[in-house]
Amino acid sequence: MAYINVPEGVPGIRSLVMFRPETGKPLYELAQMLLRGNSTLTEAERELIAAYVSKRNDTMFCMMSHAAASRALYGNDKNIVDDVLKDLQQANISSKMKSLLNIAGKVQILGKEVKPEDIEAARKEGATDKEIHDTVLIAAAFSMFNRYVDGLASFTPTDEKEYEAMGKRMAEKGYVAPQPTNNQNH
Amino acid sequence: MPYIPLEEHLPGITGLLEYDKIAAAPIRELTQILLRGESTLTECERELIATVVSNGNQCKFCTAAHTAAADILLGENETSQKVKENIITAPVSNKMKALLTIASMVRENGKAVTQEAINKAKAEGATDIEIHDTVLIAALFCLYNRYVDGLATVTPAGSEFYKGLAERLKNHGYNRLPQGYDHLKKNKTVAP
Repeated sequence: MAYINVPEGVPGIRSLVMFRPETGKPLYELAQMLLRGNSTLTEAERELIAAYVSKRNDTMFCMMSHAAASRALYGNDKNIVDDVLKDLQQANISSKMKSLLNIAGKVQILGKEVKPEDIEAARKEGATDKEIHDTVLIAAAFSMFNRYVDGLASFTPTDEKEYEAMGKRMAEKGYVAPQPTNNQNH
Repeated sequence: MPYIPLEEHLPGITGLLEYDKIAAAPIRELTQILLRGESTLTECERELIATVVSNGNQCKFCTAAHTAAADILLGENETSQKVKENIITAPVSNKMKALLTIASMVRENGKAVTQEAINKAKAEGATDIEIHDTVLIAALFCLYNRYVDGLATVTPAGSEFYKGLAERLKNHGYNRLPQGYDHLKKNKTVAP
């Protein structure tokens, strides 16, 4: 049971946004811009950063949904997602993505954990300023989303099939805020 | 030195929000609603939540900025100091103590928030919306603190800069200034 009176049976952040649509609008816009806006990182790569940070924060809902979105976007290479979530160092991804995910992992702990050598390593693999910026901001944003979802104990479905459908929808339609219901608080 | 090229006259978060104005727009809008929008929590109370979270995350820039914002709204600088030292003995209402406790738990990790802490806040009269906004403000500052420190933005020393910033936040809130920030270049002190 969520800690506040959100619509029942609606999973994760959707229930919170239906409870408070006013803050939900910029939250969904931010997700859309970070994960679907202009970037030299692919949508699949950005979803993977989101899933990776969510896993480190132990936020099942965000981890499962963004992993599913990343798998849907990677298509034939979808195994990359599970490889990274299992063991980043052993995963078969580019050295650039590895170095960016390393930065995201540092951001997940705390901003000051990101050291000049982490940034240098990413640059050596060809990461641009904007890619480093986007990685830090996506990791920071999911440090917010994860806490929002877990801090209010929102509903987390356990059926993997549900996340697969969610991931497909996120891959195809991006982030569109749900419409509010007639919650008695509003 | 920041890890990416940011405008020198805009330390801390401002340089980042100008670097990526597209992502900045929803972040600013969310902050304006949460910290300055209609609420049964005062602006000062909401600044104290931002202060406590930033302090816990050891983000010097955000801590100094929101401490200054709380101080200017309160007209004194004791409350913010005491809240940073100890929530339970700080001179704020019992409801605020309960909400600041929840904010500190959120800062640690979302899962650290306990049913007991929520019950306590409700027993002290906190509404669902107040609890929601407290959690989201705390979560939002977990974003800001990581964004600011993760890219090693500049943290000005001394209190003068933050007084000016707090004045700007008091008068204009968190929306981007319509004229931008070029006028601040004039105030830049020349490095020795």
